[in-house]
Amino acid sequence: MLSQVLQLLVAGVSQGCVYALVALGFVLIYKATETVNFAQGDVMMLGAFFALTASVMMGWPYWATILFAVAVMAVVGMLTERLVLRPVLGHPSFTVVMITIGVGYVMRGVVTMMPGWGTDTYQIPTPYIDQVWKVGAVILPVQQLMVIVLTAGLCVVLYMFFRFTRIGVAMQATSQNQLAAYYMGIPVRRVNMLIWGISAGVAAFAGILLAPSTFVHSNMGFIGLKAFPAAVVGGFGSVPGSIVGGLIIGVVEALAGFYLAEGFKDVAAYVVVLIVLLVWPSGIFGETVRKKV
Amino acid sequence: MRFLFKTGYEQDVRLFQHGGQVFSYGLLAVVLLLAPWWAGDYVMSQLHFIAIYSIVGFGLMMLVGFTGQISLGHAAFLAVGAYTEALMQAAGVPFVISISCAALFSAVAGVIVGLPALRLKGIYLAIATLAFNVIVEEIITRWESLTGGNSGKHLKPVELFGIRLDTDMSFYYLCLGLTVLCALACANLLRSPTGRAFVAIRDSEISASCLGVDLAWYKTMSFAFSAALTGVGGALYAHKLAFISPEQFTLFVSIELVTIVILGGIGFLHGAVLGSAFVIVLPQLISIAKDWLPGGLVPTGLQAVVFGVILILFIIFEPLGLYGRWLKVRTWFELFPFYRRGMFRRQKSYMKSERLR
Repeated sequence: MLSQVLQLLVAGVSQGCVYALVALGFVLIYKATETVNFAQGDVMMLGAFFALTASVMMGWPYWATILFAVAVMAVVGMLTERLVLRPVLGHPSFTVVMITIGVGYVMRGVVTMMPGWGTDTYQIPTPYIDQVWKVGAVILPVQQLMVIVLTAGLCVVLYMFFRFTRIGVAMQATSQNQLAAYYMGIPVRRVNMLIWGISAGVAAFAGILLAPSTFVHSNMGFIGLKAFPAAVVGGFGSVPGSIVGGLIIGVVEALAGFYLAEGFKDVAAYVVVLIVLLVWPSGIFGETVRKKV
Repeated sequence: MRFLFKTGYEQDVRLFQHGGQVFSYGLLAVVLLLAPWWAGDYVMSQLHFIAIYSIVGFGLMMLVGFTGQISLGHAAFLAVGAYTEALMQAAGVPFVISISCAALFSAVAGVIVGLPALRLKGIYLAIATLAFNVIVEEIITRWESLTGGNSGKHLKPVELFGIRLDTDMSFYYLCLGLTVLCALACANLLRSPTGRAFVAIRDSEISASCLGVDLAWYKTMSFAFSAALTGVGGALYAHKLAFISPEQFTLFVSIELVTIVILGGIGFLHGAVLGSAFVIVLPQLISIAKDWLPGGLVPTGLQAVVFGVILILFIIFEPLGLYGRWLKVRTWFELFPFYRRGMFRRQKSYMKSERLR
């Protein structure tokens, strides 16, 4: 019984890690530019397809695949910011949401149109596929543990980056107050572009981690829609919150899938987010700033 | 160029501002009434869809374009309307009553969504409505005893006062009539104090509440009205397709409905009609364009790409949508040599932050 709960928890946490990474992508962009990127799931999908190209078609090793996909997606993210988002800087937020939805459509369409990608389902070979790790009665797939370890590693890297590098601190300053950062000589627009790059890179990483459990196909980006609840539960605009929110959503989903009737698993995330929005709109780590007239 | 000299206050709230408008709308009415004689079967079917989408577009325009509330969950209201109609028709309820009930139940659903909306703004509202949409879709799929689940529900043709409207022509007049009724309802509502309150909320919630607009009441009302219109659209949609199932009411339908409003032009009732015509006609144009695609590319994703690119280009270059473009063209002709490029430029608001609540 206990081992079963433990297995469910590990499965939930590992799924939650992917939600957390996608949510982290939203939150980074939201904090810096006040834009909510509805295309984040599709960015993740595109990243997984680049990883697929590198790994299956070019036969690269796993670690090189990850680097390649993250680098390519970082460039794609920066280009998206420069070409699509910057012209609508300062427009109402809903317009910007719609433009990111448009970007998502384009990415999904392009993937299905590309020769060699298309609408089929693919698998990225991983070095640790099908291995299990037994501790007493508990059987844990190594793949799930690797997702957790890699996510934790990425979080540490990002934390170090934002805490100790010059450009990371500049990004923090920009997300707190754009105008003040601009007056201090921080190139705000270039910083925003970089943020989009980082966010897209994180999404590509999430896509590679997700690939073994859901496979790679053109609709895998819809998982991005479950990252919204994760971001809201953690408090939209808080980086640690997005990680915690993602883990909560992942665990709730895993438990709901096992203990509740069929169908609850798919809506569990949304039920949680509605309750959180009703009861506690600022989320766990959310900041509430009152408007003064 | 036409100059309107206003000599009384009631001129401000007239439906038709001048004789030219009476003429042009009259002409449009005649062309549409004669549609069964000039349009073939295929065009007629497209006209049905344009009329139905226009009704839904009006509903969404009242909410998004005039009250400034975001909704990514209107497919849920569409579903409530469609399933109400399907179930009530199966129970033998007359059409007039069943479509009123479709509107009523959707409005109730709108109030349910609207209540949390009182505390939420911007992106939070979008996510709440999105969550609502997913939950409603799941309920429809799972509640098989009522909705038939994934096997869906079949509908018979509409029967109005004992007459079966099973031809293209009769159903067209039903759709057209309801569209005109809904358009008049919206136009009239916008001329009334309620409509002014909606617009005030859109422009600034703080100033609206300072001027005595009850935010909670009017926001809920806007949600209810918008949902009711969407429910009417949903009932007609169910009859048009004669078969409904949960996958017709997904999140993507909600997004498509919002693009109607964006492409048509936010803040204009005409925009809802233009936008729905555009969204209906576009897939036909794309299927024609597929033949010219360079070899090697798979055409399955073309529609998504074109749709996304059009959405992006519209938002960047024509934020006022199709109706905004028409306004610009008309102004260019009216002021012939004196049109300036900056006449419609919007002021950017860099400091407008949603984080301050």
